[in-house]
Amino acid sequence: MPNTVQNPLALVAELTHRCPLHCVYCSNPLELQARSSELSTETWSRVFKEAAEAGVLQADFTGGEPLARPDIVELIRSARAAGLYVSLITSGLPLDEVKLDLLVDAGLDHFQLSFQGAREETANDISGTKSHQHKLRVLEWVKRYRIGLTLNFVIHRQNIDELEEMLVIVKGSGAGCVEFASVQYYGWAFANRERLLPTRQQLDRCVERLKRAEEELQGRTRIVFVVPDYYAKYPKPCVGGWGRKLLLVTPHGEVLPCHAAPVIPGLKFENVKNRSLREIWECSEAFQKFRREDWMQEPCKSCDRRAQDFGGCRCQAMLLTADATATDPVCSLAPQRPKVDAILRQINDHGAQGTGSAAAPITIQSDKIQWLYRPNPS
Amino acid sequence: MSLDLNSKPRLAAGCRMGENNNQRVLLMPERALRLHGPSLEIVSRCDGKHSVSQIIGELQLLYSKAEPHKVEQDILGYLDLLQKERALDFEAGAV
Repeated sequence: MPNTVQNPLALVAELTHRCPLHCVYCSNPLELQARSSELSTETWSRVFKEAAEAGVLQADFTGGEPLARPDIVELIRSARAAGLYVSLITSGLPLDEVKLDLLVDAGLDHFQLSFQGAREETANDISGTKSHQHKLRVLEWVKRYRIGLTLNFVIHRQNIDELEEMLVIVKGSGAGCVEFASVQYYGWAFANRERLLPTRQQLDRCVERLKRAEEELQGRTRIVFVVPDYYAKYPKPCVGGWGRKLLLVTPHGEVLPCHAAPVIPGLKFENVKNRSLREIWECSEAFQKFRREDWMQEPCKSCDRRAQDFGGCRCQAMLLTADATATDPVCSLAPQRPKVDAILRQINDHGAQGTGSAAAPITIQSDKIQWLYRPNPS
Repeated sequence: MSLDLNSKPRLAAGCRMGENNNQRVLLMPERALRLHGPSLEIVSRCDGKHSVSQIIGELQLLYSKAEPHKVEQDILGYLDLLQKERALDFEAGAV
């Protein structure tokens, strides 16, 4: 059996849950892992070797903020030595020119810088930190190096109307790629959903503008747009299919098929401290659980699209229907799609805008939004 | 976009060749492309030293059983695809 499992291609290394930012849509779990339980440099180095041996090509260093690890330079060096392509997915805080030089020297392949908006007050409000100006400085420093550069704008109702200004930042950056990644509703974003979900009108305007931007930036910057799942007609093939392409290692060593997987009750995750990555990938219960098609219900079970989207996202099914084996309810064919439509109606019928205009009794306050900020773990 | 035959393609920032389980790959931000046969021959010549027309010439020799025009069209199509993926930069050739 195990030899029929295809190799993983990407390792998401959640190096720490510590982060100087407190983004209201953070994809980390509500229960954050403490510094004292984080994996050592040596264990991570072994994980990188095992990942490369299992077929992994790319390591995405993320967190929390990966730069919060004091051994980040050494971690990059050891992942490169193992033969992996190394991306750093970062807020740019805390980073100075000397440290950046060390990261590049250690073999960093690709720098992905996140932005919470184009305007300082929006970005700082969303991240719960004064961070925007520093990010712009980091961008200037990174441009001096010949490494991959991606800008990642996380977009939602409060900043999607700043798209034009975001494009100005993109054009001045020389980045090879920009992602306009809509917030998806898990973890902290699920808790703050009513204030983050854009209106259909906002989304249409954004898509329209990005079509033109693609022509303007052709040959210079590739644009990737990620639609909010709730507005999609069909679900995404989440993480390229459960246990098919990607594995994620948490700060204290648990191996997950995706970052949200712990929301599914009863799944047991194994730890890199006890078993090799290949064994966990091939044999562990959590990876086997939704890898094939035997768990599917109708309409997925007999659907032509099942080899394309694998029934969508298991965690989304869990969060919205309390059944992890249901068809992802964002699918227009899903029996539970009316739940998603009701959520969208609530957002769109009230004509909710950034600051909340109508006298609608939803949770937007007219002056200052009450966010549920993600804290920093001990 | 039409390619300048005198320009010299090289891998763009953040792109490099790699190897895993004896399989050559082109590693790029967020994605990777498996290389074999002609695609490997093309990409390994995108070194900033070979011009597009030199690459075409060398591959026409290498695949001498194939129709030369077809080889040229395939190479131009592939380079165009890699350019759209932002995997290549083209340096202007000498006039």
